[in-house]
Amino acid sequence: MDFELLPNLVTFSPLGGVLFLLFLNSEKKNLIRWVALATSLITFGISIWMLMQFDANNPALQMVTNLSWIRIADWNISYYMGVDGLSILLILLTTFLTPISILSTWTAVEDRVKDFMIFFLMLEVGMLGVFMAQDLFLFYVFWEFTLVPMYFLIGIWGGPQRIYAAIKFFLYTMAGSLLMLLAILWLGINQGSFAVPTLIELGNIPLGIQTWLFLAFAIAFAIKVPMWPLHSWLPDAHVQAPTAGSVILAGVLLKMGTYGFLRFNLPLFPEASIKFAPMMAGLAVVGIIYGAIVSYYQQDIKKLVAYSSVSHLGFVMLGLFALNSQGIQGGILQMINHGLSTGALFLLVGMIYEQTHTRVFDVYGGLWKLMPVYGTVMLIVTLSSMGLPGLNGFVGEFTILLGAWGAGMPGEVLGSYWYAGLSAIGVILAAIYMLYMFQKIFLGPEGSIVETVKDAGHALRDLNAREIITIAPLLVFIFWIGLYPKPFFALIAPAVNNLVEILQAAAMHLKYSL
Amino acid sequence: MIQFDINNLKPILPLIVLTVWAVALLLVDLFIPKERKGLTALLAAAGLALTIGFALAQTGQTGLGFNGMVVLDGFSTFLNVLLLVTGLMGISLAYGYLKRMGIERGEYYSLILFSIVGMMLMAQAADLIVVFIALELLSIPLYVLAAFANTNAASEEAGIKYFLLGAFSGGFVVYGIALVFGATQTTAIIEIAAAAQAGTANIPLMLAGSALIMVGFGFKVAAVPFHMWTPDVYQGAPTPVTAFMAAGAKIAGFAALMRVFSTAFPSLAADLTPVLAILAALTMIVGNVVAVAQTNVKRMLAYSSIAHAGYILMAFVAFGNPEVAPTAIAAGIFYLVTYAVTNFGSWGIVIALEEAEGKGLELDDYAGLGRKNPLMAAAMTVFMFSLAGIPPTLGLWGKIYLFSAVVAVDFYWLAIIGVLTSLISAFYYLRLVVIMYMKDGEPKTTSEWWLNLSWISMAAITVILSFIPAFLFGWASEAVMKLF
Repeated sequence: MDFELLPNLVTFSPLGGVLFLLFLNSEKKNLIRWVALATSLITFGISIWMLMQFDANNPALQMVTNLSWIRIADWNISYYMGVDGLSILLILLTTFLTPISILSTWTAVEDRVKDFMIFFLMLEVGMLGVFMAQDLFLFYVFWEFTLVPMYFLIGIWGGPQRIYAAIKFFLYTMAGSLLMLLAILWLGINQGSFAVPTLIELGNIPLGIQTWLFLAFAIAFAIKVPMWPLHSWLPDAHVQAPTAGSVILAGVLLKMGTYGFLRFNLPLFPEASIKFAPMMAGLAVVGIIYGAIVSYYQQDIKKLVAYSSVSHLGFVMLGLFALNSQGIQGGILQMINHGLSTGALFLLVGMIYEQTHTRVFDVYGGLWKLMPVYGTVMLIVTLSSMGLPGLNGFVGEFTILLGAWGAGMPGEVLGSYWYAGLSAIGVILAAIYMLYMFQKIFLGPEGSIVETVKDAGHALRDLNAREIITIAPLLVFIFWIGLYPKPFFALIAPAVNNLVEILQAAAMHLKYSL
Repeated sequence: MIQFDINNLKPILPLIVLTVWAVALLLVDLFIPKERKGLTALLAAAGLALTIGFALAQTGQTGLGFNGMVVLDGFSTFLNVLLLVTGLMGISLAYGYLKRMGIERGEYYSLILFSIVGMMLMAQAADLIVVFIALELLSIPLYVLAAFANTNAASEEAGIKYFLLGAFSGGFVVYGIALVFGATQTTAIIEIAAAAQAGTANIPLMLAGSALIMVGFGFKVAAVPFHMWTPDVYQGAPTPVTAFMAAGAKIAGFAALMRVFSTAFPSLAADLTPVLAILAALTMIVGNVVAVAQTNVKRMLAYSSIAHAGYILMAFVAFGNPEVAPTAIAAGIFYLVTYAVTNFGSWGIVIALEEAEGKGLELDDYAGLGRKNPLMAAAMTVFMFSLAGIPPTLGLWGKIYLFSAVVAVDFYWLAIIGVLTSLISAFYYLRLVVIMYMKDGEPKTTSEWWLNLSWISMAAITVILSFIPAFLFGWASEAVMKLF
């Protein structure tokens, strides 16, 4: 019986806003927006407070709340929440991106604003719950719950193909998570506990069964990440979702998949993880190259960004399945980086779309002269996304490549330098498609869109104050992580080293048993 | 000469109260003028409420009556209360509907009460003969109710169809009972088990008998391949009757199956379990797959109800394993509760949108409900999510308990079919949500006090109990404790 207020407060504080919104007149759109923004800022504030209380040197779970929730027969499901180095940054990323996304909807969402904000704040609760939950069942409930608001966000406020995209998103994710549910039930019944720390301590699952359980969890998470070849829901969902939805989808929801691997697959099934590492890393490398090539051929800006996610998340997966400290730390940092950079890209795409109502490359070109501030911001974000040294993307990708290289040494988990070598090509490809996108929009002769917008009665304008405020915090972190990543690594390192120890013990165990 | 002992009446006291009330209501109704039949409804509801009081007063009591023909235990008390609440819902959904559709007649309410008497007797039956009597007693009023909108061809067809197939399945049950009697020289459930244990029973004959009983009840609970009548009857019958039938008849049918199989036939588990598992799998697959193709809400919910029978059947794969069986059966009756709650809620909203002459029943008639009536759309969303097993709803827990029972006895293939068919079901349940929120239209809704109260309270229960499912499951577990 432990109770610590802070993590619960962070997770459920958005509900306070939801309750307040329920009683507001849905015609008072601006008031609704302010209430939602204020709520998400308060949540962000509390999460910063939580960060202050967080002891970075302690690898264990902190600020634990553990209450018995459902106790029947020999089951014991607990309300078990906590924070550690693996999740703290993702929690902060969630609370950080939510107010930014809400700010981005200020003029973009005019229809049913109240419902939109309610769903958005509920989504935040779900995501935070996923990152805090330490009981498999609680995790599953939060995990499934995030589907519901996102489904509505895409389906009601999305683009022309929104219904198809919403259903596809829902069914894909649910397909994976139902198999995970069976694995969770198996663990609960046979190991007698649903609490993750307890299960890690118990360990001792025969390799044959670990394999099945690993696969059941892995499919659920791989769909969410998404790993090639389970990625086909992603372009639809991203392109159809409203801007704020895309930001959260790319920024946080995809990370739930990689986080799942990190939190559950690696420590719960360490032997199976080692066995599957070459396969997972191989799929990750395929995803990196495939995502990059497909991105290059897109005619739609948002689709390009969506496919680039497949490539970037491939890096994260490669880092995680290098199964060493560098790889995993790089992977976690790259989750944050991707959230910042791709989140920013989606915001920027949304900002231009709001003015032009098209995202097809053909009509763009030469916007730099008309929109210098927008162009500058876009350039920074583009460079960050392709991994230019000095910006955040580089730090993450470089660390991952180091980890993958280390794991590629003879006798290590991956056992081949090819993984690191091929994924380095992905970095080059990223430069090609990202710069191609930048060039198409900003350089060259003026595109037809300038005329089209003029004909409609208003000229293209540069970013306004609200839009700059929306994007500026992201830029701060893009530079901060790029120039001085040490505090970020300091937060995650102890927990990662703890995880690596579990994996090393399992590797020893495997060698013995062979 | 057997002396009659007044104590025999104790276990069936609620039954007696309700029977007397129903008979009296039939007479009183004659003196209630045609335009004030609401009074009959109110009286019927009062009778049910009174009986709930009597049933609750029996909590914790156990006993046999009439030489072991009827039994009172936690299981029967739990189900009695559930069935009586089902009856209340059947009345509150019908109150405005019957008036609106011009088929308001006082008999409706008495018939509901008689049917519930049969269902309660089913839950209390300790002898196969009583099982059969209960089956007929619950079914005959339902045949009449299905045809209650007579002069409407669909309703009459539903009544006839239900009657013919009901009689047919009743024949299976009787024949099965006869074979079991032949094999064991008894119809008392406890003695059947004892005979099997002592080795005096003719096992092949008993197996044949139990299989026939299974077939007969397979019809009642609409398990595939005995489900053919369900879509037509559910669609043709007046909607409140459908709702009542879908919940009540299913609860009673499963009550009998659970009691008979887990007390009389555990020794046959090795032979019966694979058959039950295949039935469960088929029912889930056919119900969910065919539901995808439906465009009429009533038919869609009919197939969904078939699918849910399949989920509940999963509870039976554990019935021969004394360690897991109690939890599995408890999971089964927990699922019945969640199903009943969600079922009444969703049918309630179907009733609110239904118009005369079967209009307002197509899926497309729900377009725009999210804007027109946000509360109703939200409630329907809750019900659809609950049927699909998505948090935060009670349906999620119902499924989880059942799956865990199946995983505990290592029927992984069945569990996997269960989750995959849930995925299919999510598709068609979500489609209704899509239509309500993401398509534009002008749905016409009816607002009636009792109807609104019904679906709002069911939605509230579905969500609120999903945060505290343990105590309800605790009741269910306590209820089945005495069975074993």
